[in-house]
Amino acid sequence: MSPAQTPAKPVVLVPPSTWQTIVWVLLGLMTLGTVAILFFIIGYIAMRGLPVITPEFLFSLPRHMGKEGGILSPIIASWTLTLLALLIATPVGVGSAVYLTEYTRESAITKIIRFGADALAGVPSIIFGLFGFILFVIKLRMGWSILAGGLTLALMVLPTIIRTSEEAIRTVPLVLREVSLSLGATRWQTVTRVVLPNALPGILTGIILGMGRSIAETACVIFTAGSSLLLPRSLLDPARSMAVHFYILAREGLSLERAYGTAVVLVVSILVINALAYTIMFRFMRHRR
Amino acid sequence: MPDKLAISNLNAWYDRHQVLKEINLNIVPNEILAVIGPAHSGKSTLLRIINRLTESCPGLRWQGSVWLDGQNINRLPPTELRRRIGLIFATPVPLPGTIFDNVAYGPRLRGHPRKRLLTDTVERCLRAASLWEEVKDRLHTSALRLSGGQQQRLCIARTLAVDPELILMDEPCSGLDPISTAQIENTLRELKSRYTFILVTNNTKQAARVSDRVAFFLSGELIELGPVSQIFTAPKDPRTDDYLAGRIG
Repeated sequence: MSPAQTPAKPVVLVPPSTWQTIVWVLLGLMTLGTVAILFFIIGYIAMRGLPVITPEFLFSLPRHMGKEGGILSPIIASWTLTLLALLIATPVGVGSAVYLTEYTRESAITKIIRFGADALAGVPSIIFGLFGFILFVIKLRMGWSILAGGLTLALMVLPTIIRTSEEAIRTVPLVLREVSLSLGATRWQTVTRVVLPNALPGILTGIILGMGRSIAETACVIFTAGSSLLLPRSLLDPARSMAVHFYILAREGLSLERAYGTAVVLVVSILVINALAYTIMFRFMRHRR
Repeated sequence: MPDKLAISNLNAWYDRHQVLKEINLNIVPNEILAVIGPAHSGKSTLLRIINRLTESCPGLRWQGSVWLDGQNINRLPPTELRRRIGLIFATPVPLPGTIFDNVAYGPRLRGHPRKRLLTDTVERCLRAASLWEEVKDRLHTSALRLSGGQQQRLCIARTLAVDPELILMDEPCSGLDPISTAQIENTLRELKSRYTFILVTNNTKQAARVSDRVAFFLSGELIELGPVSQIFTAPKDPRTDDYLAGRIG
């Protein structure tokens, strides 16, 4: 008896249309679950934190270790640290990505660099914190300072920026580069006029990811920028970021309400930056479509 | 008249596979040379070598020499070479941006031309590519919204704005409808007095309509080169006859 003579009867336990419904419901539940947890967290933080938020909380310096007063100095510290980190990491990261994609051929060396960047992206932030402490704070005698913190954060987000920029640059079609070259452009002109503008959305995504990580970072910052509540007057002054402030307030049991108030400001800051970045990008892209 | 472009003893390989074999070819000023032949006969590779746009072809190696106005192209800086030799691709590729930006791309590479001068150049080139009347009211809208035929004429205008001497075209009408094709062919005829063209085409009728001379390639070899009337009426090589009659390729 050959198999050809007995066509295998398909065994249908569940008809496809029922499967369709089951899958639909399952996937829907998964999405709903994720979104629900997200909203629960944000809602909880907002519920606990919003009552503390007054103009005084936002615009005055902390008093009594943060038990009273506001969070002006942590707000300023967070923004300066993040800005400094991005000002350093963005040009270096995008530059490395351009070098890896446009100025070298695929080789063992590029693979090693890429592997190194991927490995660094997975290193826990506290290791970066310790490294920054030893190198910047001790060896280079910067002391606990915004400069040391910013540099350490820059190192931490650099791999993310390199890899996302690289992926973004790779998605720019080769033929656009060829068109540019065929019109007499140099490689650098092609990079600045065709490749980077077209890779911008992806590059910006990487920068926003890096920014989110920087502004929310605690371990790295506490080692390198310190936890001073004074208003920093220069980049060489120590400072306490909002994330560190939240950690200390909650851990030392100084004021849970003020901790949640700080968390609200932190979350809102991240939302604002995201919205701003995408608005700018949208304005830019509108002229190109 | 001295040759605009002369190719001597050109051989090219992709890894071990030879794609061009001992090519000798010359192009005189203000002619349209059509290069015909079935797929994979080395036509596009030839254009890429002339324009030295070979980096995106990994594994491509070539030997021989190509002379532009008596100068070896390997001695010219690639940017200067590509300014003097334009290339139109098979699929029109507008750069993301406006129609104006596309045509102005080449002039802007050489510094910041005065706005008035740039506007004049853009208009002149769009007129030369027979696109001006269709786009004059929307120069500052995206080039990606144009139809395929319009995009290809935009690419021609963009190349003209660089002011090349020789223009290479790689099957410029392969994705276009007959009306767009006819428009591009008319443009070619009008531009012939000022430029020299190498037109790679899969469409033998197109070669017959617009070219002065025809080169027939088969499997990397130049089988026959002659005036268009001779190639289409009395080909010397039986393989040319077979190809034109549709028996090979």
